[in-house]
Amino acid sequence: MSPLVQGMLTILLGVGGCIAYFWASNLVLDKVLFPPTGSNPSRNINRANIFRPWLFLFPAVAALSIYLVYPVVGSFWRSLYNRSGDEFIGFGNYATMFADDGFRTALFNNALWVLFVPAAATFFGLLVAQLTDQLKWGNIAKSLIFMPMAISFVGASLIWKFVYANNPDIGLINAMRGFFGGAPLDPLQLPFWNNFFLMVILVWIQTGFAMVILSAALRGIPEETVEAAIIDGANPFQVFFRIKVPQIKSTIMVVWTTITILVLKVFDIVYTMTGGNFGTDILPSYMMSYMFRDDGRATAVAFVIMLIVLPVMIWNIRQAREEMR
Amino acid sequence: MGGIAGQKPALVWVTRISVLLLVVLWLVPTIGLLVSSFRDRDQITASAWWKSPFPVEQNVQFKAPAADAREVGGNQVIEGNVFGDQSASVIRFGGTRVNPTAQAAGETAQLTRERSLMVQANGDYVYTSLAEIKRDPSIYFSLEVPPDFNMGNYDTIMNSDNMDVAFINTLTVTIPATIIPILIAAFAAYALAWMQFPARGFLIAMIVGLLVVPLQLALVPLLGLHNRIGIGQSFFGIWMAHTGFGLPLAIYLLRNYMVGLPRDIIESAKVDGATDFQVFTRIVLPLSFPALASFAIFQFLWTWNDLLVAKVFLPSNSESWVMTVKIADDLLGSRGGDWGILAAAAFISIAVPLIVFFTMQRYLVRGLLAGSVK
Repeated sequence: MSPLVQGMLTILLGVGGCIAYFWASNLVLDKVLFPPTGSNPSRNINRANIFRPWLFLFPAVAALSIYLVYPVVGSFWRSLYNRSGDEFIGFGNYATMFADDGFRTALFNNALWVLFVPAAATFFGLLVAQLTDQLKWGNIAKSLIFMPMAISFVGASLIWKFVYANNPDIGLINAMRGFFGGAPLDPLQLPFWNNFFLMVILVWIQTGFAMVILSAALRGIPEETVEAAIIDGANPFQVFFRIKVPQIKSTIMVVWTTITILVLKVFDIVYTMTGGNFGTDILPSYMMSYMFRDDGRATAVAFVIMLIVLPVMIWNIRQAREEMR
Repeated sequence: MGGIAGQKPALVWVTRISVLLLVVLWLVPTIGLLVSSFRDRDQITASAWWKSPFPVEQNVQFKAPAADAREVGGNQVIEGNVFGDQSASVIRFGGTRVNPTAQAAGETAQLTRERSLMVQANGDYVYTSLAEIKRDPSIYFSLEVPPDFNMGNYDTIMNSDNMDVAFINTLTVTIPATIIPILIAAFAAYALAWMQFPARGFLIAMIVGLLVVPLQLALVPLLGLHNRIGIGQSFFGIWMAHTGFGLPLAIYLLRNYMVGLPRDIIESAKVDGATDFQVFTRIVLPLSFPALASFAIFQFLWTWNDLLVAKVFLPSNSESWVMTVKIADDLLGSRGGDWGILAAAAFISIAVPLIVFFTMQRYLVRGLLAGSVK
């Protein structure tokens, strides 16, 4: 059976199954288990209403538990075992990993990514959001800058391979170098700076995201505050930095952390552009080089990523709880 | 458009120009890819894509047939035309691989003490040698070729590189992985938004927490689980995985949207005797269409563009490669220097998301705003 037909069947079964489950389970609850008849109908209705939320939630909670909660525990547990998984070695994987130069390079590079990418993407996003605010063709400009969001990391990497190519007839960078009389070089093999050339790709993708959100936030600023500042004689820069930016601080924080989380997951760019060579490895790509080879080490790296994400997770949960109150 | 009162005209112009510059900067790489994908493969290496509207100077090698050699005044001479019966014009020529364009057309090149070569602009050449000519001597020359845009790269990538198989595979992964989570998430979101039960707050906090769990964590344990229960690496496995990974965002987005629906409608429906199931299917689900669309677009883009999950949860044979895996693991290695092919492959893989993006941008923006500002 061709996978496409299999896919169509799965859609039918999945969607049909879901509908059937929800419909049938509600029916059973109302008609069989707790029918609103008999000696005590109101008690039965109340009981049915205690159970009903769980009928609605069950498929989602089950899928989440298997696909996201279990892996957190499972990964940690697996990381305490050796390569083949038959011998318990405690934190042995973590010890060998931290002693490995490759891991320390990846950790250092990842720190660079986490510092640079969110900062640059937020900066450019804010810049574009502010500059396009008053333009007639601002929406077209925003739409074009937003476009890379739709492109896969692999596609984006290929696009930028053309920019970075060694051959001055392909690569824009080397063409410009050639114009100023420089010899062609491979930007991706330039120690230390090659990391930034890779980060540029992610900044290129994520600026649109930052722009969309910050642009909405800027529009939400009360007009009076801006007008009052102008009447008091503030110049456009003062209006922007002293009046507007402080008012959208919390949104900037949200954008910043969202991109930070993303940075910690993206392995595609490094994998496609350099394969982690030339000192460009980051944790996600370092992990993939051990995936399928040494699951103990791979899960240990994944758990380190989890630990780095943990503060953001806790902060998010707190924010959510506060909003619900 | 008035702008800020009292804004200086100079500043307005600076703004306009910097926006224009930024847009150009953002677009140039993609345009380069698009242009390159339509160019002839010889032209790609001969001139840069930003010069593609102009004629290209291309170097060509021609073998003068040794069999045509005649004896003229004690010398061996081959005469002929490098273009055969076509008409074109030679710019420069040479007789060695090291220096293929040493001489301007019309001049005579003394190749060695014994051999000389002359090529006219119209392609007529005279090759002279004191000794006997045993092998076909090479003549190198450059000529101007008009710009050549065609679908050749797309043809090659679809027909001989099996990109069509990868395209179908991507589609096969994406469609179920987009549709299945929506319904599951919608029911859960309704429960979290409009039903009262003890663990509600905890569950919502849980989903917010799960939003940021790194996917990397899930790979090893879940692949092990899939292998143990017999799913293994398969399309079914990747549908399940994408469904699981997409659920937190789906539930979060949909719940945020459903909470904002007007309370009166739902309560009056309940007073009229509608059950929760009816309220959900008849009222809440149709009203939530914008949020459902937002999530569907997110999930579509994410599953279409994904490399990590596909690498781990799909079989690693070439029949099951999706486009991202095909490009990253196959084409970049086997077609590494073949820029036209790479560009065409990349463009095929990004075309569908771009169409979705430009037609459904409204929903995408709305989803982004609902997901992060609230």
